[in-house]
Amino acid sequence: MAYALQQLINGLTLGMIYGLIAVGYTMVYGIIGMINFAHGDVFMIGAYIGIIVITALAGVTSVPLGLVAAFLVAMVFCGIYGFTIERVAYRPLRGSFRLAPLISAIGMSILLENYVQTSQGALVRAIPNLIPGGITLMQEDGFVVQLSWMQLAIVVVTLTVLGSFTYLVTKTPLGRAMRAVEQDAKMAALLGIDTNRTISTTFIIGSALAAVAGVMFLLYYGVVDFYIGFNAGIKAFTAAVLGGIGSLPGAVLGGLLIGLIEAFWSGYATVAYKDAAVYSILAIVLMFMPSGLLGRHEVEKV
Amino acid sequence: MKRLTSDFRDALAVAFFALLVFGPFLGQHLDTDENYQLYLHPTPGLLAIAVAICFAGRLLMLQWHNFRPATPVHVTNAMAKSGKFIAPALLVFAVVMPFLPGVPNAYIDLGVLIMTYMMLGWGLNIVVGLAGLLDLGYVAFYAVGAYSFGLLATNFGLGFWECLPLAGILAAAWGIFLGFPVLRLRGDYLAIVTLAFGEIIRLVITNWSSLTGGPNGITQIPHPTLFGLKFSMAGGPGTFAGFFGITPHPYQRTMFLYFIILGLALLTNWVTLRLRKQPLGRAWEALREDEIACRSLGINVRNTKLTAFAIGAMFGGFAGCFFATRDGFISPDSFTFIESATVLAIVVLGGSGSQLGVVLASCVMIGVPAMLQSLQIYRMLIFGLALVVIMVVRPRGFISTRQPTVSLGKAKAIGADLIAEGRG
Repeated sequence: MAYALQQLINGLTLGMIYGLIAVGYTMVYGIIGMINFAHGDVFMIGAYIGIIVITALAGVTSVPLGLVAAFLVAMVFCGIYGFTIERVAYRPLRGSFRLAPLISAIGMSILLENYVQTSQGALVRAIPNLIPGGITLMQEDGFVVQLSWMQLAIVVVTLTVLGSFTYLVTKTPLGRAMRAVEQDAKMAALLGIDTNRTISTTFIIGSALAAVAGVMFLLYYGVVDFYIGFNAGIKAFTAAVLGGIGSLPGAVLGGLLIGLIEAFWSGYATVAYKDAAVYSILAIVLMFMPSGLLGRHEVEKV
Repeated sequence: MKRLTSDFRDALAVAFFALLVFGPFLGQHLDTDENYQLYLHPTPGLLAIAVAICFAGRLLMLQWHNFRPATPVHVTNAMAKSGKFIAPALLVFAVVMPFLPGVPNAYIDLGVLIMTYMMLGWGLNIVVGLAGLLDLGYVAFYAVGAYSFGLLATNFGLGFWECLPLAGILAAAWGIFLGFPVLRLRGDYLAIVTLAFGEIIRLVITNWSSLTGGPNGITQIPHPTLFGLKFSMAGGPGTFAGFFGITPHPYQRTMFLYFIILGLALLTNWVTLRLRKQPLGRAWEALREDEIACRSLGINVRNTKLTAFAIGAMFGGFAGCFFATRDGFISPDSFTFIESATVLAIVVLGGSGSQLGVVLASCVMIGVPAMLQSLQIYRMLIFGLALVVIMVVRPRGFISTRQPTVSLGKAKAIGADLIAEGRG
């Protein structure tokens, strides 16, 4: 029981990070219908900028202020990255056939990974745990269930970010424009919505969310290298598809599910096959629900 | 003059963005001191160079756009006409190339590598280009082919030629097995599940150490023989050099491998071209154009999709078998997602569905990076950049015309944008 509770806590924390990245995937998919393969690498960029800011501010300010700065700076720069990527690699291909932006995105992903590797080196960079300590939830047969402050912080930050994001999408004019473009870009443009600007904003917001996830990943695991984006990106993409791509609550749900599957599989079966377990469950779910858990069923007009 | 000012302003804006984008990564270097403490080491010079390049590049690009002359009609016509001769010319070149005097062994080796990817590209072209099913996990079948040969050879002592058909059959079986669950999936759902299958197979190979040797892979896979004649440097009876009474040279084996893969690749191409003229190939293309219409006309969509997966996978398996015998060593590292992405990039860059396009794209995507061997660390950087740039410049790939399979009257090349890309 205690062991399961611990896995639940670990899984939810991990799932929150996946969920945040998955939201970026699903937003971009919803609005322009492409897989943004470079999104995982934007997450990696966020983590890297986080470590740079933390290093630069080490000893200059207090830790909490430094962390806030790391989050904000990473969000701003990742937003710029998202904007630039869309502008350079995807916008010229909009309206072209479906595989072209996919290949362009894969190229962008390879480019970003190698750009960080050549400019910053391939070594793993580590930082100490900046939010040490935690609370003991329960004790059973000598097994201690720990909820670290770090995990609590991750949950709180994720919920805050997702809360403000939901407000943005459902209540503000910008969110309305985004949903309109998602439903019918041409009609939205006819009604006076600047679709190009809306799509750019979507990329900026999605990348900023990935930046938050990246900094949290950095704080949680304490390490970062140029390659973390690939795995996290694939997992988050899996999460988005599992939840039903295009559905925002689906992305978060998918992320949480994947985090839980990973944690429980590592806890009760073999760590070696945890990724294989995630992919197998994805395949099985999609066999029975071809448009994911919360995805809209596509109606085909003939 | 006015235009120049506005161009200048545009380039300044680009330079400003370049400053922001490159700032965090080129402006400083994250390093550790002797106490393993992280510190930042500013490199403003590097950043300035990058920004200057972006500024100048943007300015030049805008000037080029302003003054670019349109391609004259007779040039495009001539290019279209010469298209007919490219394929036979390339074939003749491929056959003659190893015999040309003064061609170093390394070039023949490179040819072997390019043709391996060409074969993979042609195999994937059946699935993506003809049937319109987006497969991001093609490397799974490549791995199945390579490992079936590796395991059969090391455990049962079978040779390359016995294993080649077996590897193809096993890969095709896996194609059907993995194809079944994804029959109902479309578009990106299909893409992620195929990607997931590719990863699952790689993870199983990595972790099932007792069978596959885990991350260490399988070593000492036998090299192919020519009707039982080995290519050994020792010479003597039973070897190729001994039988023909010539001095053994590593060049003979490379040449032999070269012609095996040339034959296998041409077989793939020939089968694809033949199938396109037959009911099955036409059903694939019909499926790509419109699945519902296909169903209404009584085409069995399930079997059509499964055969596409199976035949595509079979050629992937052959290529994998060849890969194992060429290197004599296989490990899970050779079957990562990046391989699937490279093969898919070859298909799409060439012009999805175009056989000749695959040839050109594999020469560019495999040949050019191999030539850049000296720029080792920048190789993948350039590869990624090239993917983006080529796609942006030519979204339809190198070959942007298609020869329709069926036509009323005289067959005429049509624009690739008239071809559907399938939603599966």
